[in-house]
Amino acid sequence: MKATVLVRPKPGILDPQGEAVESALEHLGFAVSDARVGKVVDLEVTATDPAEARAQVEKMCEQLLANPLIESYEIELAE
Amino acid sequence: MSDKPRVGVVTYPGSQDDRDALWALAALDAEAVPVWHADDELPELDAVVLPGGFSYGDYLRCGAIARFSPVTRAVIAFADAGGLVLGICNGFQVLCEAGLLPGVLLRNASLRFVCRDVRLRVERDDLPFTSRCTTGQALVIPVKHGDGRYVPPPDLDPAQVVLRYLDNPNGSVDDIAGVCNERGNVMGLMPHPEHAVDALLGSDHGALILASLVEGARERAPAAA
Repeated sequence: MKATVLVRPKPGILDPQGEAVESALEHLGFAVSDARVGKVVDLEVTATDPAEARAQVEKMCEQLLANPLIESYEIELAE
Repeated sequence: MSDKPRVGVVTYPGSQDDRDALWALAALDAEAVPVWHADDELPELDAVVLPGGFSYGDYLRCGAIARFSPVTRAVIAFADAGGLVLGICNGFQVLCEAGLLPGVLLRNASLRFVCRDVRLRVERDDLPFTSRCTTGQALVIPVKHGDGRYVPPPDLDPAQVVLRYLDNPNGSVDDIAGVCNERGNVMGLMPHPEHAVDALLGSDHGALILASLVEGARERAPAAA
């Protein structure tokens, strides 16, 4: 089963990368605000049951993929 | 075995300042002991230093992978048993990720790597890492990092702040440059005391911190015959 984990900086955490991206977009002439830069982790889980796969990926997020102090995560599963 | 206190310095894949730390500790009259990342057990030690660098390429988050290294588990057990552990720069990041210290270190607010001397204020001199300092003292010690912006947990006890920047180089919250755990046996700091142990290199204030550690290690060492 394919899993995609989206890791985002939590609201209130200063994100200088997001600010730099936003400023570059403004220089290109785009009207934007609130740009935030996170990361995506794609992986293949051997578990075939969606509930089991989700439980495993949640554990991965809590133990390694995200730091709960500064990051939130979202899990997407696909066959 | 000599009667000098034994202070281990861990080398992870990507550590850079392990040799400077070993040199500085030996210069301050410790028996400096190299420790390898793949070892699941520590040799007999009176203190451990996690040095600066880019362990495991700083992949994912700084220190996030090193936290699961075999030696880090041994260091966690050593700290839980009351052993002295000092994390410098990347070592500080590893200790935060390992849960031995509160908070986390993020990309510098400027997005630039900073490499220069900074001025620090000592907030506590009652720790085995600062016994040679005095509270309120200003220290000059270099920093060199891209990810040094300290973000504390919301409930950080202010008494855990050991060092503050007088000229904050990275956007750290409340100018925090170094923190300790509640018990006071684990400390992390972004500046590099091991690069400031000889006035020839600009400052010897780093020696105050490392000599404090060596002294703390000596007090903990089994009584020499």
